[in-house]
Amino acid sequence: MITTDKTVNKENITILGIESSCDETAAAVVRNGREVLSNVISSQIDIHTVYGGVVPEIASRLHCENINGVIKMALKEAGMSFEDIDAIAVTKGPGLVGALLVGVSEAKALAYALDKPLIGVNHIEGHIAANYITHKELEPPYVCLVVSGGHTHLAVVKDYKSFELVGRTHDDAAGETFDKVARAVGLGYPGGPKVDRAAIGGNPHAIEFPRGEVKDSPYDFSFSGLKSAVLNYINGAQMKGENIDVSDLAASFEAAVTDVLVSRTVKCGIEYGIGTVAIAGGVSANTALRAAMKAECEKHGIKCLYPEPVFCTDNAAMIAAAGYYEYLAGTRDDESLNALPNLPLS
Amino acid sequence: MKILAIESSGLVASAAIVYDDLLKAEFTINNKLTHSETLLPMIRSMCDISGMKLEEIDAIAVSAGPGSFTGLRIGAATAKGIALALDKPVVSVPTLMSLGWPLSRITDAIICPIMDARRSQVYCAAYQGGSSLIDEDACDIHEFIAKLAGLYPDTEKEFIFVGDGVPVYSDTIAEELEGDISFAGAEFNRQRGAYVASVGAELYRKWLIEHNTSSEEVRNLGADKIDFYSGSIMNSDDFAPEYLRKSQAERENEAGLLEDPGKHSLKKMKQH
Repeated sequence: MITTDKTVNKENITILGIESSCDETAAAVVRNGREVLSNVISSQIDIHTVYGGVVPEIASRLHCENINGVIKMALKEAGMSFEDIDAIAVTKGPGLVGALLVGVSEAKALAYALDKPLIGVNHIEGHIAANYITHKELEPPYVCLVVSGGHTHLAVVKDYKSFELVGRTHDDAAGETFDKVARAVGLGYPGGPKVDRAAIGGNPHAIEFPRGEVKDSPYDFSFSGLKSAVLNYINGAQMKGENIDVSDLAASFEAAVTDVLVSRTVKCGIEYGIGTVAIAGGVSANTALRAAMKAECEKHGIKCLYPEPVFCTDNAAMIAAAGYYEYLAGTRDDESLNALPNLPLS
Repeated sequence: MKILAIESSGLVASAAIVYDDLLKAEFTINNKLTHSETLLPMIRSMCDISGMKLEEIDAIAVSAGPGSFTGLRIGAATAKGIALALDKPVVSVPTLMSLGWPLSRITDAIICPIMDARRSQVYCAAYQGGSSLIDEDACDIHEFIAKLAGLYPDTEKEFIFVGDGVPVYSDTIAEELEGDISFAGAEFNRQRGAYVASVGAELYRKWLIEHNTSSEEVRNLGADKIDFYSGSIMNSDDFAPEYLRKSQAERENEAGLLEDPGKHSLKKMKQH
């Protein structure tokens, strides 16, 4: 990565974002980091549903087939051509390596052939930046909880490009737990929205599932104990020949996940003296989490923000938004940029 | 006519530029670095040194497969990105055809490109005088040998094997196949951008003649406005590698073996 102190003297900066880290092929055009001119997402979810989860090889193949069409559509919907783009931002990691490589290779080739600046973006920073799109007034510092199928991160966003990772999961990601529980009760894939729907009308106190804690790490998460407890409950009921009330189970499970996520996040806001909390990532679209976070924040006089649902799941507008702040900071990548499947939040 | 060629289907990363029949530049590297880190810097320095401006190219030829799935996609996405940016067509070059290309130009023997596909299989095909005798396939080496034996029954045949499958299977082939058999030397056995460029130029020339047009006309119009109606010349949107193999999850699903949904899903990403 090359960082220069090149100052940008232009009123409007328009960035083309490209995202292919998991199972969505996405491209978007975003002006000044907050104004979304287009946001195209080609979801592969129907194809992966057959396999009960994302199959990396299939995801990579579909990215390769669809990426040019998605980019073209993003430009068309924005009413723009490549000449109007100031820089190209692409997810460099973390994610599935084969999937990331398609977006990275494509973006590098575009940037080279068009002679435009290239910016590799951290996918988790992208999720955080999704909040800038929905909340035009949001500025750091704030606390952000990033929860998705692959990530559970609690971070203090000190500045647009400066993050303090306060907590993380020690085992499963929150979204992964949703997928596993959904599969076990026969709700299918993807687990997040299915469990969310099943929980409507269910009693969140019907079953007391454990709230996982990590010894000596007050902000860290552990979901494997909860997952086992749910699986044990299901097995136990089946052995006794009892019917499971899926609605109660989903609501009780959701309550257990939500309690842990909300308590750590709000505690972080209080102890760091930060009055704004944001959530991001696919699981931040979960209605129970949104409601519980909002209620708990209100109790403590903390402002609670979350992106519109379309910017919660993987998308390229958030990559362009994060890319904008990298662009302003002078971050430029060259043609040797590689996919970084295990890239940490830095 | 100027063709930029990209080859990253195997261990070699290679790029080349041809002007009509003339190889202007080639950059080939065979080391442990990933294609993602090498391919585009190679293209840039090759263009810089040879003085060719990227906008001058007429088409991007890319080694379409079979080969390493990830390698193919790095080449494909690179080609697609350049083609999209410059509004140029993509020429899909069968990797096996490109491997056999230099030999098939100088002999009437049956050219048999074989690539080691692991799991005791080869990616293979057979060509003679520029036309295909056995279509590209991923199969057991014995199966391929049987197919070759079935060509022109009761005639003395001459075979030349080429590709990275040669050092792996030459003994088996010499033992099981009858005829005049020879094996290409190491200098022929790895994929190269120059081969892809030559095949790409040939395919593109053919297309121009068949469609009664010229490279200038395509350049002026731009690839996006053209319906190519061709198997090998296409708009960058339509290009995808030819893997010749389905993913393991798809194969198991089709065979009714997918008993544990989620088995192939590797959504778990390392946590930090």
